[in-house]
Amino acid sequence: MGTVGLTHYLVLAALLFSLGVLVMMLKRNAIGILIGVELVLNAANVNLVAFSRYQVGSLDGQITALFAVVLAAAEAAVAIAIFVNFYNNFATVDVDRADQLKG
Amino acid sequence: MVKRGALFASILVSGSLLRGGAARAADGAMAAPATGMEAAMFYLFAAVAVGSAIGVVVSADIVRTAVWLLGTLGSVAALYFLLMANFLGAIQLIVYAGGILVLIVFGVMLTSKSPWVRFQPRPLEVVGGVVVFVLLFSALGLALVRTDWPPVGRPMTEGPTVASLGHELLTTYLVPFEVASVLLLVVMIGAAYLARPPARRRG
Repeated sequence: MGTVGLTHYLVLAALLFSLGVLVMMLKRNAIGILIGVELVLNAANVNLVAFSRYQVGSLDGQITALFAVVLAAAEAAVAIAIFVNFYNNFATVDVDRADQLKG
Repeated sequence: MVKRGALFASILVSGSLLRGGAARAADGAMAAPATGMEAAMFYLFAAVAVGSAIGVVVSADIVRTAVWLLGTLGSVAALYFLLMANFLGAIQLIVYAGGILVLIVFGVMLTSKSPWVRFQPRPLEVVGGVVVFVLLFSALGLALVRTDWPPVGRPMTEGPTVASLGHELLTTYLVPFEVASVLLLVVMIGAAYLARPPARRRG
């Protein structure tokens, strides 16, 4: 098994980040894209907490991650509200249909 | 309210148990290498997190996607416990698994006539997405593995208490803390305004 260090967590976070980007690219449902964003934010938080634990040894990383969680919650609330509004107007959440501003 | 407090306390205690005695024995070492038990826990939860994330990518059904996301969020919370961030792990479980996921499921219910709406990506999109994924992950992974991270301070030997986190929040991080509270108020009003039902016509 070996030992687990900073690099293990960083590679895991990079994998989660890349998968989140992949989700954002592949989903056409707006809520699916929001789920991809949540994956990316989680990957960033894992990085912050891992650095806080292994490299810095202070609380700063954890508190930054805490603020990131608060921002993610706020972002999800506004995003869902926008999707509901979009659905009320267009009767779908397919992002390809949201092209009214296309030139 | 009392119930939630008890839940919170039990989450914190289980986080300490999860990290276990093996981790405590390793804490004395300067580089803080994890010993067998902690390494096994890491690989277990990392595998669950990545497996669930792959499930999120693959499943076409939006409700199943949300359930796969729950697996990733839960195992990331367990990883926070391993990283001595008990409070953050509890917050992750309560805010993400308890709040954001419910919000997402509500969003799914409000934006689809039937809950199983399928949007299949086109084959070309899949190819492009996978190419970008491979490039991104290999670049990030190579950069991370090759970098020799210089230590800035000493590795944590024991997790911070909730009291110390609260003290930091109300001293060093007081301004961001207050700004976050204003942000939450703005978001609450804004979300309620955006999601209001369409105005009824008069007469």
